[in-house]
Amino acid sequence: MMDEALRILTFQSGFNSAVVVAGTAALGLAGGTVGTFLLLRRRALVSDALSHATLPGIAVAFLAGAALGLPERSLPLLLAGAVVSGVAGLLTVQLLSRFTRLTEDSAIGAVLSVFFGLGVVLLSVIQNLELGGQAGLKTFILGQTAAMAQGEAIAIGLLAAGAALAVALLFKELRVLAFDPGFAAVQGWPVGALDLVLMGLATFVTVIGLQTVGLILVVALLIIPPAAARFWTDRLPALTVAAAVIGALSGWLGATLSALFPKLPAGAVIVLVAGGFFLVSFLFAPARGLVAAALRQGRLRLSFAERRALTDRLAGRPVEGAMALWLRLRGYARNGALTPAGRGAALAAERDRRLWERFLADYPALLPAHANWGVDPIDSVLPGDMVRLLEERSTPS
Amino acid sequence: MQYLWRTPGSRTAPEEASPIGPPPLEIRGLTVAYHRRPVLWNVDYAAPPGGLIAVVGPNGAGKSTLIKACLGLVPRVSGAVEVFGRPIAKQRRLIGYVPQRESVDWDFPVSALDVVAMGRYGKIGWFRPVTRAHKEAALHALERVGMADFAKRQIGQLSGGQQQRVFLARALAQEAQLYFMDEPFAGVDAATERAVLQVLRDLDAAGRTVICVHHDLQTVSDYFDHALLLNTRVVAQGPVGRVMTPDLLSRTYGGRPMPAPAAVEAS
Repeated sequence: MMDEALRILTFQSGFNSAVVVAGTAALGLAGGTVGTFLLLRRRALVSDALSHATLPGIAVAFLAGAALGLPERSLPLLLAGAVVSGVAGLLTVQLLSRFTRLTEDSAIGAVLSVFFGLGVVLLSVIQNLELGGQAGLKTFILGQTAAMAQGEAIAIGLLAAGAALAVALLFKELRVLAFDPGFAAVQGWPVGALDLVLMGLATFVTVIGLQTVGLILVVALLIIPPAAARFWTDRLPALTVAAAVIGALSGWLGATLSALFPKLPAGAVIVLVAGGFFLVSFLFAPARGLVAAALRQGRLRLSFAERRALTDRLAGRPVEGAMALWLRLRGYARNGALTPAGRGAALAAERDRRLWERFLADYPALLPAHANWGVDPIDSVLPGDMVRLLEERSTPS
Repeated sequence: MQYLWRTPGSRTAPEEASPIGPPPLEIRGLTVAYHRRPVLWNVDYAAPPGGLIAVVGPNGAGKSTLIKACLGLVPRVSGAVEVFGRPIAKQRRLIGYVPQRESVDWDFPVSALDVVAMGRYGKIGWFRPVTRAHKEAALHALERVGMADFAKRQIGQLSGGQQQRVFLARALAQEAQLYFMDEPFAGVDAATERAVLQVLRDLDAAGRTVICVHHDLQTVSDYFDHALLLNTRVVAQGPVGRVMTPDLLSRTYGGRPMPAPAAVEAS
């Protein structure tokens, strides 16, 4: 089992499975890249409506293929049908939110469920027809990497790389579009056309991902990688690359897992892997993660409490409870009195408090420039001459 | 300051034709409506070349809408807007814009320098990356608003006033002739207020025209040369000394008697 997993991961388990794994990784890469800008432009849910709206198109395209007497299901025809009805769903959302009083989220909810319902009805009609090949249609809902033929996997990989390349080319344009569309328009960028390109790329990723991930979950490839990446960085280029990497890793690991367990729906496995990356990022990312934030908050509270206790001790007031224990542990107090180290720390804390107080009173307008004012030692935040000035003005009498 | 004060009506008279070309901004018969309710009604205005112009009026008077309609950000029901004698779509390069600070998401993953560099995008053109020269121009613009030290800071970590200065620097990086600013003094700290004012004066000295939505009646006469009093229609326009009068202000602010600006209580 482990051997096989390793072979698939390292592309040594036969050409076919290697191609499928690489194609799925490319899909994840494209999803992360395009998804970064969808997320920043606040279009993530719109693409969910888009992917659900592809189902009736797939069904109709299947019926059309059967009526035309095509021998077996033709993937290009099915995907063309998916594009047409996906775009129709997208336009319906736009029209509803623009020309009625519906907000965009209710328009999305309505369109998503109605189109999907229509697709499900059409599918069950198809199941009862005397035709061949309808069984394969179900893979479009939940996805199946095993269903992917070698040629399809290569095509998916190339198309996905093309989508990522398009984002790289339009990086600057998409950045200003997502941050400040009004400003972009004043500068003469065709904001409507750029939005169209972005939604077009999302449609593109959705449609080429339909077979692998399935239409219910394909939106996750667009949303989860950038959402996870957002915990790691504050810079857009790094964010885009991180989202692409997380997406590609999810596709790669997910496709490998689903090759090992062919009974599991591939889409769900890939999305769960991406979800794992999200969970790890959300909890453990260094600056924005939950654990780091809790630690930061805890350290801040502890440092304030410690300084408070030290100055209390210095002034001869008693310190009790956990803080007394903490001071002993830190070597600041012994037998109810401050040690030399404790006395030094207490004097420093007292001086910091006094000088920050002075600074706050004399230069309130300068505060916003000093992010950690009042928290860090004053000498490490303010320039030396400023500290000397405050020192002169606040000499205790 | 020497300029030729022209009204739209006198525009056709040849003897009054300006020796320095068409006005920076000319608005003719501009009407804007949201649904069926007009927000701006038949606005005519010609901005004098070079100078700081305040757009003044009560809440809901259409001040921001006027700027956005000029820039083509909201659809016009009727009317025409020209910048230096040509339609605005042909003059994008000459226009700088400072939107309201609340109009964007400040958690966006960009640094102050990234935002200011956006002012250069129009000069860079399609597909090309932001080059070092453009980054230096952006950094210089940040210096002019006293924000060079914060170039690498993510914009969400800046104070409100600092964010306002970043927006101002982005407009400076556009190197425009005509600037539209939507409430650049709204809710800023004293240091930012000084920085914004200094930039306005520099732009004025360099012969640029600045059209500024301004909410603080007390400072209009100190900060600006001209005022456009607006309440859906143009109530008055001209040098501040002529239009910032109790009578005209009371007509702008709904016909109630208004004290002179100097006596207006700070709110």
